[in-house]
Amino acid sequence: MNKYIERLTNGLFKENPTFVLMLGMCPTLAVTISAWNGVGMGLSTTVVLVASNVIIAALRKFIPNTVRMPYFIVVVASMVTIVQLLLQAYFPSVNEALGIYIPLIVVNCIIFGRVEAYAAKNKVGLSLFDGIGMGLGFTIALILIGSFREVLGAGTIFGFRVMPESFEPITMFVKPPGAFLVLAMLTALQNKFKLPSATNGSAKTSALACGGDCANCSGETYSANHEKINSENTKRKED
Amino acid sequence: MNTNYFVNLLIILISAAFINNVILSQFLGICPFLGISNKIKSAVGMGFAVIFVITTASILCSLIFQYILSPMELGYLQTIVFIIVIAALVQFVEMVVKKVSPPLYDALGVYLPLITTNCAVLGVALLNVEKGFDLVESIVNGFASALGFTISIILMAGIRERMEHNNIPKTLKGFPITLITATLMAMAFYGFAGLV
Repeated sequence: MNKYIERLTNGLFKENPTFVLMLGMCPTLAVTISAWNGVGMGLSTTVVLVASNVIIAALRKFIPNTVRMPYFIVVVASMVTIVQLLLQAYFPSVNEALGIYIPLIVVNCIIFGRVEAYAAKNKVGLSLFDGIGMGLGFTIALILIGSFREVLGAGTIFGFRVMPESFEPITMFVKPPGAFLVLAMLTALQNKFKLPSATNGSAKTSALACGGDCANCSGETYSANHEKINSENTKRKED
Repeated sequence: MNTNYFVNLLIILISAAFINNVILSQFLGICPFLGISNKIKSAVGMGFAVIFVITTASILCSLIFQYILSPMELGYLQTIVFIIVIAALVQFVEMVVKKVSPPLYDALGVYLPLITTNCAVLGVALLNVEKGFDLVESIVNGFASALGFTISIILMAGIRERMEHNNIPKTLKGFPITLITATLMAMAFYGFAGLV
């Protein structure tokens, strides 16, 4: 049982996808203009991640290694489509607010990162808990960032006014530049207090498909990229 | 094909390249923007690879949606179909470029696999459908979005090359200062908002 709880805490704290691994930056920056948006995006991603992790883990012995990427893409894209249809049917307002970022969950690094690094190698049960842990870690991170931006940018959290009437909202925080600024402050704090994070190269990288080198990563085909970049670097050194 | 049509295309071009810049206002393709922007040379290579792939993907996805998915009422399959088309397209382009033009492959080759599932490519293809663009409008929108990507990544690379020689506080070195630069660039681009 401990192994399952370890998976949960791993996703929530030790390898938090947003704060430690710095994965899935596009949705993190784009949708966190309010706490509710963070909840919607986080839970949608969690559902996709858990479902994909379970399916890939169940099929891991039948998927040939050389063509695993297309398999993963089809499974993840199908899960995303299901989630999108469910949102359209039952939570149209969430679907409206998140718009194009719901189908873009397909290319969220967290999903492929976990499927490739964990689910493709581990049992169904463990992969299920890994997905839940990672998904909730992502959700909580999005809610924290969303609340922070909402407080400064609109004076509210989850739509409830928390700042005094005299507070003049700093609108920039709910606009695109504010997203970059909040992330800049976050990474600066991580540097200052030497917290483990992929951005200062101190995160545990062994469990990551991509090697965790976000500063030098430029795509989402993980291990292939990692090998390519490594060989490029060694070639450059030899020259 | 009257003047209004061309004015409309021009508006799409300007709004996709500057006002709704894929990186600085829509946050698509943040990974390559932060990852490859430390040298102008590689930023230019990445930029042109992205222009090529996004424009081609826009054409293909637009054709598939208009002539296959839409008439058969399979619109809900767009995410699955588009991501597969894009992945296949990038592989195909890489093989063709390698065979046909080795110098071009040396220049762009390394960047091609890196953009297989770049969120900007899928994002632009989905936006084309969402906004109901026809084929020509999709091509213009795809090209202009990629142009916006290229402009911002080259600008960022230029700034970062300069910053390398500056005395940056230890805490802000690396990621934080890059993001602060992005903040200032996003503010500047926000000024385009009143243009159209």
